Amino acid sequence: MELLAFGDTGWGDELFYATLMTIAVSITAMFIGFLFALIFTPLKLSKNKFLNFIANSYTTIIRGVPELLVIYLFFFGGTGAVMFVASIFGYNEYIEINAFITGAFAIGIISGAYSTEVFRGAIQSIDKGQFEAANVLGLNKFGKFFKIILPQTLRLAIPNLSNVWQITLKDTSLISVTGLVEIMRQSYIAAGSTRDPLFFYSFAAVLYLLLTFVSMKLINRLEVKYSRGY
Amino acid sequence: MDLELMINSFPKLLNAAVITLKLLTVSLIIGLFIGLFFAILRLNKNTIINKFAYGYSYIFRGTPLLVQIFIIYFGLGQIEYLRSTILWVILKEPYWCAIIAFALNTGAYTSEILRSAFQTIKPGIIEAGKSLGISNKVIFYKIQIPIAIRQSLPAYGNEIILMMKGTSLASTVTIMDLTGVAKYIISTTFKPIEVFIVAGGIYLFMTFIIHNLIKFLEKKYSFN
Repeated sequence: MELLAFGDTGWGDELFYATLMTIAVSITAMFIGFLFALIFTPLKLSKNKFLNFIANSYTTIIRGVPELLVIYLFFFGGTGAVMFVASIFGYNEYIEINAFITGAFAIGIISGAYSTEVFRGAIQSIDKGQFEAANVLGLNKFGKFFKIILPQTLRLAIPNLSNVWQITLKDTSLISVTGLVEIMRQSYIAAGSTRDPLFFYSFAAVLYLLLTFVSMKLINRLEVKYSRGY
Repeated sequence: MDLELMINSFPKLLNAAVITLKLLTVSLIIGLFIGLFFAILRLNKNTIINKFAYGYSYIFRGTPLLVQIFIIYFGLGQIEYLRSTILWVILKEPYWCAIIAFALNTGAYTSEILRSAFQTIKPGIIEAGKSLGISNKVIFYKIQIPIAIRQSLPAYGNEIILMMKGTSLASTVTIMDLTGVAKYIISTTFKPIEVFIVAGGIYLFMTFIIHNLIKFLEKKYSFN
């Protein structure tokens, strides 16, 4: 137990902050994923073959390639890309991008591919009559989307989005390879300096279980809220 | 674009893909047995057995695969007692540690898939078997299991693809699988995009094959 003490003697506070970091990365990544879904869902539903192709390539590639490989691409490629842009402006020193941004972006792109599929499925399963009724009521595009389509989409999407959230949360453990100090990285450091990997990795597992458990409880509430009236 | 690097790294990555496929098949086979075992436990009416099986699948589905590999590879070696037993022969090899972690992980997901498949079997089918005078054991092996396998094919296909992506984590415990070799080439040449295209292409190709294989099986074993 003294291994988990707060302060200089134990790893309690470090692991606490690492847990906050995991939560922060997961939420940022989920949010970035939503932005990607916002762009790619309309492309998927569009009647234009070319736009369809772009959106399908995005979801197929991301969902068919291991997360770790995508993270390596961003980790090694991100620095290169930024340095290339900087070199155009005459800055040739080594630039290190923030591990948080790279990580959140890499996981966000992965999460976005899953979110896109979820939103596509949800919108497609909304009854056609709803669109027609909205037209008949004379709602403009804005009102149609925000008042009619979005609330129904959310109701249908929330159960699947909670799966995406779980995947995203667990994927953040992979960012530890880039050196961002989240639960996994902190456990690695603690395990290395105390020579007690069994304890620290098991504790990391408990922290992840706690996070998934609490978030499931919260999402269930959201689910109830959005399905009232059904 | 460094085409030469892409061409040169292709055979190396292809060799590594064989290791990825080996990891995948061995852990899927072991995982299928674990999954079937726990799915049967889940259907048991005894609450303790039931809760135990649920706990197993909850823990392995609720924690990242990376943690599971690290606990098995770094953690178990710490227990002095294990080092003196015959198990140590297996546990000191990163290859087997990765397979144990993968098999336990996919076993947890498979048990959920099979459980829901068993539960969706219409009771009428089992009753029909009983009225024909078939014993419970035969009903289970000859009626319930084949139907459950057919029912769970689409979900299990997804699980195979997820597991194939999961095997990339073997590279974190020094195994040179497809991702491991890709990372090695990236870190020695600093050409991440080229290597990503080749390695990603191989992964996508394997996904494509698995996807079509499952589709073929679904058609072959469809009810109508």
